[in-house]
Amino acid sequence: MIYLQLLWVFVKIGVLGFGGGYAMLSLIEHEVIDHYGWMTTTEFADMVAISQMTPGPISINMATYVGYTTGGFAGSLLASFALCLPSIVMVYFIIRLFLNKKGGTLMGNLLKGLKPAIAGLIFAAGLSMMNAQNFVQIGKGENNVSIIVCVLAFVASYFFKANPILLIVASGVIGYLVY
Amino acid sequence: MKKSFQLFFTFMKIGAFTLGGGYAMLSMVEKAVVDKKRWIPSDEFWDMIAIIQSLPGVFAVNTALYVGHKINGAKGAVAAMLGAILPSIVIILLLATIFKEYRDLPVVERVFKGIRPCVVALILAPSLRMIKSAKVTWKTAVIPIAAVVLIYGCKVSPALVILAAIAGSLVYALLMERKMKQAGKEGEA
Repeated sequence: MIYLQLLWVFVKIGVLGFGGGYAMLSLIEHEVIDHYGWMTTTEFADMVAISQMTPGPISINMATYVGYTTGGFAGSLLASFALCLPSIVMVYFIIRLFLNKKGGTLMGNLLKGLKPAIAGLIFAAGLSMMNAQNFVQIGKGENNVSIIVCVLAFVASYFFKANPILLIVASGVIGYLVY
Repeated sequence: MKKSFQLFFTFMKIGAFTLGGGYAMLSMVEKAVVDKKRWIPSDEFWDMIAIIQSLPGVFAVNTALYVGHKINGAKGAVAAMLGAILPSIVIILLLATIFKEYRDLPVVERVFKGIRPCVVALILAPSLRMIKSAKVTWKTAVIPIAAVVLIYGCKVSPALVILAAIAGSLVYALLMERKMKQAGKEGEA
């Protein structure tokens, strides 16, 4: 049963995953946390950090991770292949239709139209992870370090295009020193 | 067969050593496929990449499939794809196993307590960057806002939101195409 669910979830994400790794992240988040309850938001955040810091496509990393935690070794292989399956079909059949100027402009315009919605999708994923599980609560014995780290990382990433791996390592060091 | 092995190893190297997602990988693919092996001419490669970027799915996998297919048919496509994803699978399996053992250690918990808010920032920042690059105006701002309200507020599945957006965008794309054709015709006349 879990294998069928993994297959369905990641094939779906492979089909609808327009706009790169973060767009897929928001799809994975909904399925894994809200829909199936395979992970808590904390586990999900940890997985994103690990997937971000390791080489290779972040979406394949996450598929492998989700597959492994829910269905062991077989689950990890299944989830990764399921994510690639629509691409295989697409490259085999659609490449002949779309890998030309006309198809290219059509797909390009489609993505252009999709981008604002995808941005909203990703933003919503970030928002729903902004909770008491991932942020050490203010006034509960600790301090506002979580919020400060989040704001600083955001500024560094958005305005200065800082390397995400560097930011993760730096905030890990801050966590080690503060908590 | 030899070509398939070469494809497998080329993409495995790329998968194993590129940090920072699909786009960081591009220059490595270009170096290997266009400059070194001369499998695909440069202009054709970049034309195709522009199209592949607009396709759904994992960008690195789509690129591997395209290059592999181009060079050695179905066999080449599968070989390149397996090469591209194998390092990810191996490394994540290793890390996930280790993490499962040690995540309850106080040191690990402290480090990840620091990391989690950073992860949130690393998800929010690209979404706003995408809004900027999509040239969202005050009028079209309703789209991302509606998406956030539906998903975050009403817990609507993002898959449904994407499907709705695809329907809307297809209409938009077809209209654009028609408009361009009309403009082209008027240009000729």
